[in-house]
Amino acid sequence: MSSKPFSVQQDLDPADFLPASEQEKEYMVQMRPSSTFFKDGVKRLLKNKVATVSMIVILIIALAAIFVPMFWPYSYEQMLGNVPGKPMDASYQNLRPFEYSRTEQKLIKAGESVMPHVFGTDSAGRDYFIRIIYGTRISLAVGFFASIIVLIIGMTVGSIAGYCGGKVDLVIMRIVDIIYSLPDMLMVILLSSVLKQTLADKLDGTVLARIGSNIISLFIVFGLLYWVSMSRLIRGQILSLREQEYVLAAEATGAKGRWIIIKHLIPNCFSVIIISTALQIPSAIFTESYLSFLGLGVNAPMPSLGSLASDALNGISSYTYRLVIPAIVISLIVLSLNLFGDGLRDAFDPKLNQ
Amino acid sequence: MNTKTLMYIVKRLILAVVTVWVVITVTFFVMHAVPGGPFVGEKAVTETVRKAMEAKYGLDKPLFVQYLTYLKDIVTRFDFGPSLKSRGRNVIDIIMDGMKTSVKLGLIAAFIALFIGIVLGSVAALRRNRIIDRVIMVITTAFVSMPSFIMGSLLLALFAVKFPLLPANGAAKGGLILPVITLSLYPMAYITRLTRSSMLDVLGQDYIRTAKAKGVSRWRIIFGHALKNSLIPVITYFGPMLAYIVTGSLVVEQIFAVPGIGRAFVNSITGRDYPLVMGTTIVLAILIVVMNLIGDILYKVVDPRITLE
Repeated sequence: MSSKPFSVQQDLDPADFLPASEQEKEYMVQMRPSSTFFKDGVKRLLKNKVATVSMIVILIIALAAIFVPMFWPYSYEQMLGNVPGKPMDASYQNLRPFEYSRTEQKLIKAGESVMPHVFGTDSAGRDYFIRIIYGTRISLAVGFFASIIVLIIGMTVGSIAGYCGGKVDLVIMRIVDIIYSLPDMLMVILLSSVLKQTLADKLDGTVLARIGSNIISLFIVFGLLYWVSMSRLIRGQILSLREQEYVLAAEATGAKGRWIIIKHLIPNCFSVIIISTALQIPSAIFTESYLSFLGLGVNAPMPSLGSLASDALNGISSYTYRLVIPAIVISLIVLSLNLFGDGLRDAFDPKLNQ
Repeated sequence: MNTKTLMYIVKRLILAVVTVWVVITVTFFVMHAVPGGPFVGEKAVTETVRKAMEAKYGLDKPLFVQYLTYLKDIVTRFDFGPSLKSRGRNVIDIIMDGMKTSVKLGLIAAFIALFIGIVLGSVAALRRNRIIDRVIMVITTAFVSMPSFIMGSLLLALFAVKFPLLPANGAAKGGLILPVITLSLYPMAYITRLTRSSMLDVLGQDYIRTAKAKGVSRWRIIFGHALKNSLIPVITYFGPMLAYIVTGSLVVEQIFAVPGIGRAFVNSITGRDYPLVMGTTIVLAILIVVMNLIGDILYKVVDPRITLE
């Protein structure tokens, strides 16, 4: 370099041209396990602290709602002072948290262990903690199943509208427009107040009677009204997806519409489906608790978080905690589900994020 | 306004009319599907008395004729017939009575929500990622996840029971304060978030940079250029906000015993006063549909660049 400053010729070391040794090859080629779309999404989701924390919160609440009633010594409908054949023990009623009734105090003095009433008991002598847990279970289950119903109907209608196009699409979308512009809450209240009365006699004796006419009517209302936004979303996705080459290829090989929708189109809008279902759950829980609060929700004595809060209003001055506890649980569930849904959206579909 | 906008408005109007018609039809037939009819549960009445009552309320005619009469009365005279439980009162009178309180409640709540929401949203956007922005976002996230009945009950527990500062009864003097706060918190939080995101969007636009480069003062940029444009998305929230306030007022009026239309509605459901249930549903639905319509049309007129389907 120094002797001939203007020469373009370079001083080359023949050693640079030797074949690479195995060791060098290994150093140069970095093999990473191939990552799927799903794995990528999960990775992004776990990086999102807020979403992870809310996922953990939901898991804890859900696990508690499922498993605690299995081993808890009290049940949600058992009025503790009311043992058949014995005089009513009123000291079980309206216990404050961690207080014991007279019978229980005697047992404790006798050296037996008694499960404490963590949140006390209500005015009928029922353990409040298990009622909260059970109410959470009902609210979560209603939210989950309502979203599944919405998902199934919305997906079917949306994909048919999107794939068929033309007149079918036009008719379906006008119906969707009308249902979409209906004031949903008013219709929900109206329908569930009527269905509740219509269904009550018809369900007697069937398996469904155990679930209760009110919850069934809630599901029906959800199936009637709330599928529209899901079907709009899926229709939009399918409209763009059906122009893809692989649909043309499938059509060319003689695949039927049903097959193309189920095997090709729906799997490709999976992220949209998952995300909007996840965001549907809190809104269903919200609606259920709202209706329960108005007295149109679950049938008594079954508790739900909304009906617990509504019952607590009567004793608000002396037993404020009975209102505060379900209020906190419900807000926590809705908040963490919303945040988790947002996290899912960010992780799995960056396009949706606005 | 070009023809495209006009077409949109016409389409939107037709949709609104159809929606209202669907609401009336659904309400009518759903209410008449209830088993037992409206006079079940009354004191035992003889056959003749029942017949006479049914004739008086027109219930002896075929269902479809009843439906047509009902529809005609609403369209021509805005008449929903007499109430079954409050003797001698028409449904529309009861609704108008309740409306006086409810409209006041709803409008105050809406104005508070709009004003505070816009201010907080702009502050959050202008102080992006600072502490005040973080605080505002955390609080609004919490408010958005809290159902109105929970909010109302907690406010009642806190300010009327634990610290008796405000009356718990909505009919008392100053009794509307707590219901108004309850109703305005959710829309306020929502508007805050909406304003923040659209303000951030606007602040990144070229014309803001141009204004800055020209040496326009900071406040003039905020109020003259940024705020005005960032409020456009807020217009679309008018309809949903009203829907929220209406449905929220159903429980809030129940919690605070406000003598408004929401309480009348809930009481009419529990009391099986069918004409009142139908009348209130339809009036509230019309209110919501009209508000949605106004919001959508305003949105389109204010910003003609927006293409709606």
